[in-house]
Amino acid sequence: MIDLDTFHREESGRILATLIRLLGDFDLAEESLQEAYTTALQQWPVEGAPRNPRAWMISTARHKAIDRLRRNRRLQEKSNEFLRLSPAAVLPGDEMEDATFPDDRLRLIFTCCHPALDDDAQVALTLRTVCGLSTEEISRAFLVPVATMAQRLVRAKRKIREAGIPYGEPVQEDLPDRLEEVLLVLYLIFNEGYLASSGDALVRRELCAEAIRLARLLCDLLPRQPETRALLGLMLLQDSRRLARISSEGELVLLEEQDRSRWNREEIREGVACTETALRDGAAGVYALQAAIAAVHANARTANETDWKQIVRLYDVLLRVRPSPVVEVNRAVAVAMAYSIEDGLTLLDEIEARGVLQDFHLLPAARADMLRRLGRVSEALDCYRRALNLATNDVERRFLRRRIAQLST
Amino acid sequence: MQYLLLIYHNEAEWAKLPPAQAEPIYGQYRALREDLQKKGKYVGGSQLKPTATATTVRIRNGKRLTTDGPFAETKEQLGGFFLIDAADLDEAMSYAARIPAASDGSIEVRPLVAQAQTAPA
Repeated sequence: MIDLDTFHREESGRILATLIRLLGDFDLAEESLQEAYTTALQQWPVEGAPRNPRAWMISTARHKAIDRLRRNRRLQEKSNEFLRLSPAAVLPGDEMEDATFPDDRLRLIFTCCHPALDDDAQVALTLRTVCGLSTEEISRAFLVPVATMAQRLVRAKRKIREAGIPYGEPVQEDLPDRLEEVLLVLYLIFNEGYLASSGDALVRRELCAEAIRLARLLCDLLPRQPETRALLGLMLLQDSRRLARISSEGELVLLEEQDRSRWNREEIREGVACTETALRDGAAGVYALQAAIAAVHANARTANETDWKQIVRLYDVLLRVRPSPVVEVNRAVAVAMAYSIEDGLTLLDEIEARGVLQDFHLLPAARADMLRRLGRVSEALDCYRRALNLATNDVERRFLRRRIAQLST
Repeated sequence: MQYLLLIYHNEAEWAKLPPAQAEPIYGQYRALREDLQKKGKYVGGSQLKPTATATTVRIRNGKRLTTDGPFAETKEQLGGFFLIDAADLDEAMSYAARIPAASDGSIEVRPLVAQAQTAPA
């Protein structure tokens, strides 16, 4: 017997993608799919699952939609038009092959990640429709009230409908920009799961898993896009450190202090392989460079064996591709490790002198760490306190308090 | 669907532009309009006179209030518009991106309410 939960997890995105294409309406597709599930819950345990459950679900939902449109007088015209467009005879699901319904997920992904929607809406809509997460799950993951998340989804779907956002893949000339937008959404989803300080740990792990699953899907559906594979590699390499990153007491553990035996070897192997493939295929963007840096860390058996000089070189390239003071801070830390702490401090001085990043806690935190290594305790304490004032993430704040306590004794 | 492409730019900068520099830009606007016309996508459009010529009218408590100037003082001013027919937002955005002012000002893309929808049910 097919497990409906597993089936939903694996298939709902693809089924919904096709239904939206057939019905031309997100809400109608979602509602009729829900009805089809209800029917499946009643029928499948008694009559057995159909031979092709996906096709069964699509055609059943389509019939539910036709019924619904017939009932709804206001949509009468649309219904007539839709019935005219539908094939006269709809085969029962059992006799349909996969070829009846091509994979529409790519158009769903591009529609959900359309730049005319704001980032929050893109993320929410992707998780809801492509990944099949419930509104409750998404709101729990992002720590917003369910009503707020529901409203965000309603507004996004309304904009798609009212502004005429097309349900389809972008034209070739727009593909690079649009793909970049999709990759950003994936990375936002991943980071929400990876970096979030509070909230349900289980839900957060789910976000990382979904982002990785989406990246894999995108690699399959849009091959020859090395930057997608680079992002997959980056996420796998970061995810491989998940268990070592937080101690059993829920405290943040810095990279150099992590128990590397707790890193996920399988994810590292795949992440490094993805990164190498992506680089060989010409990926040279922000994800490829960050993945390459993560791979250098992953390849070091101990923190001391890390090839920091290589990491500095990669940060140099990253800064050329996308200049950012945050990346400069990271580079300064790498320089301190690769060459001398004084060199690292000089670089931090330069960043600070420019007056950028005044609210960014990692700048004083990085300086504090360098001063601590140099044994300049009172200056270090001063910087840790400045960092603590700026940090908002609970896990990071606890980490900074711990450091202050250690140095104060 | 019809889309209104609202062209916002810094009209003070535009006014300062010597004719020799403005003329090629007008040429680009003409070329865009002709391309839209050729494809049957042009519905209308025009440059607007500066906001110094604007008058804002409001009725409050049955009384007409007239003020000199535009509805809102903004850094960029509404300087013109295109009304086009486009298959979807992507197509509308591709034309918006070809408007010369897109490179120093901003183009707001607004779908029009279809006429049938405005009729009483």
